[in-house]
Amino acid sequence: MRVRLLVAALGAAGAFAAPAQAQTEIQWWHSMGGALGDRVSELAGKFNASQKDYKVIATYKGQYPVSMTAAIAAFRAGNAPHILQVFEVGTATMMAAKGAIVPVATVMRNAREPFDPKAYLPTVAGYYTDLKGNMLSLPFNSSTALFYINKDAFKKAGLEPVAPKTWKELVTTAEKLKAAGQACPYTTSWPSWVHIENFSAWHNVPIGTRQNGMGGLDTTFTINSSLHVRHIAMLGDLAQKGLFSYAGRTNQGDAKFSSGECAMFTGSASAQAGIRKAGKVDWSVHFLPYHDDVKGAPQNSIIGGASLWVMASKGRKPDEYKGVAKFLSFLSRPEIQMEWHTKTGYVPITLAAFELTRKSGYYDGEPGAELTVKQLTNKPPTANSKGLRFGNFVQGREVIEEEMEAVFAGKKDAKTAMNDAVTRGNEVLRKFQAANK
Amino acid sequence: MEKRVVFRSAWLPYALLAPQIAITIVFFFWPAAQAVWFAFQLQDAFGLNTEFVGLQNFAALFADQYYLASFRTTAIFSLLVASSGIAISLLLATMADRVLRGALAYKTLLIWPYAVAPAIAGVLWAFMFAPSIGIVTYVLKGMGVDWNWILKGDQAMLLVVIASVWKQISYNFLFFLAGLQSIPRSLIEAAAIDGAGPLRRFWTVVFPLLSPTTFFLLVVNIVYAFFDTFGVIDATTQGGPAQATQILVYKVYYDGVKAADLGGSSAQSVILMFIVITLTAIQFRYVERKVQY
Repeated sequence: MRVRLLVAALGAAGAFAAPAQAQTEIQWWHSMGGALGDRVSELAGKFNASQKDYKVIATYKGQYPVSMTAAIAAFRAGNAPHILQVFEVGTATMMAAKGAIVPVATVMRNAREPFDPKAYLPTVAGYYTDLKGNMLSLPFNSSTALFYINKDAFKKAGLEPVAPKTWKELVTTAEKLKAAGQACPYTTSWPSWVHIENFSAWHNVPIGTRQNGMGGLDTTFTINSSLHVRHIAMLGDLAQKGLFSYAGRTNQGDAKFSSGECAMFTGSASAQAGIRKAGKVDWSVHFLPYHDDVKGAPQNSIIGGASLWVMASKGRKPDEYKGVAKFLSFLSRPEIQMEWHTKTGYVPITLAAFELTRKSGYYDGEPGAELTVKQLTNKPPTANSKGLRFGNFVQGREVIEEEMEAVFAGKKDAKTAMNDAVTRGNEVLRKFQAANK
Repeated sequence: MEKRVVFRSAWLPYALLAPQIAITIVFFFWPAAQAVWFAFQLQDAFGLNTEFVGLQNFAALFADQYYLASFRTTAIFSLLVASSGIAISLLLATMADRVLRGALAYKTLLIWPYAVAPAIAGVLWAFMFAPSIGIVTYVLKGMGVDWNWILKGDQAMLLVVIASVWKQISYNFLFFLAGLQSIPRSLIEAAAIDGAGPLRRFWTVVFPLLSPTTFFLLVVNIVYAFFDTFGVIDATTQGGPAQATQILVYKVYYDGVKAADLGGSSAQSVILMFIVITLTAIQFRYVERKVQY
């Protein structure tokens, strides 16, 4: 009797365990913390609820550099996650790791999931597509650099709350603001992304040779051109005069603007969420300023943010890749994209999602949200404005930012700094090329 | 009576030691050996493409002016941290030693910072010294000092030194206090009877008797400044601005994790290991001669 009871209990336990094993688990490592992390969990939850074969488990693995290192270590141990969110500067590293990743185009093709690369926004998809037109990773959270002004500060200084369109106008406005008592007329977040990368694309000048690195690993930086030097010298000059307050290398400038300390600010489109939440300033958002004496400006800006890469692993079954393909298709659905876009401020990655959002009237109430897409698609992208792909660009960006900091602190003149940035940056590129040939 | 424990069994001592030795091998020797091995390789981030390149990583490091500058930064930083840490805590310990009323309160408050994690200490001080919103910044602005450590390298160095020293003062204080209390009162009284003033008494009687403690703390502080200050730097300046606070251990982390340059990072670890071994050896050989036990 006792034995029968035991067998029955074990049988029941086994029955409970079985369904859990029938679902294929898909591991998704991401770096979206806080409110964004909740949005990510919602997405995974929605997908899991919509079907029974696959279960996406979204895990927050820390900030981008840390999660990428964790994924690299996991890959070396044979335990890589299925999907990894990698920031845009890690694109070249992921692309060069041919044995570690599976291009999205291949995953979709092998799983026979409908996939049309043309449905995606060209500037967004172009960043993550190779020269043959194969999409390597799925754009997930893309933003661009925008220009914000504090309308209260303008009014207090007796100026019309109209954003300057060119850098020349910005300098004059900054001088007027400072004269009227504004301690910090201008600041920025992500200095290299805004003032070198986006700056180059916006003015249709190259950041590096070989189509900004997309054409080959033997690319070299070209950010010491006369236009770049002139722009950085201008910023250095503004810093010395107290018109530009340097905030730091990441998004430290966001807080300076949302607190009302600085009147004008260039930063990511994703800063809007924080500015809105702080609720301290009456703000408006605009296209980036440009130098109007440069032919072809303004062209279009490039994206920042991250994309989703599919990682390979020994012993991975085709069924797991099928699940990944289904999840990527799910993420690309217009209604899912619209929800992600409107809730986070990131760009909708497909034209259909953009149209759907427009039709819903969302942009009428939130002009800033549409601006991101408008700036990215201002003109059809050229070889200089499709994006960039430099190896070890985490290091490369830090090199550039170090040289910029030297100019802002008055320690170096812009020409020497940019030449040094090119020399040191090229060393980083050559190291990547040597390790990946 | 002999205090040594004698095992009669042949294998029991080894069996008892085995877990500890296993942990040491797995978590210390194996990663160290792998770091040495990696230092001689050039590889991509994912380890798919490995090439043995001999001493090329080391050569590249010594040709990099920023790496050489990092030596100087680390030397300045560790000297500042060790000397101010020891000096300030010695002063506090001598003062706390003489207090009769409320002695426990003083000692508790002085020991408290040791419980704070390095990263938290860094963030704490970064907040107080923040260029826009910091309290100390406000006071400094009132005194006419333009405080902006995000742009000024020297100020960034000052910030990390203060944050690191603050943490370490508690540790040094504890040891100095114990050392002071172990000095026989009779010696100090004898010196006083002979007519020595307080300062003379300190430098000729007390300080030499404290030398074992001071020597020990010197070694510990230098190692602390080399390695444990990583948390402070990562939480505040991240090696900036323009590498003004890029100490050697931070550069190892940066090149390994952020730049995914495992060869360069491992080479730096190996060099750092040699430096600390050399420093400790020097300290034991030369400085210890002056210690009077």
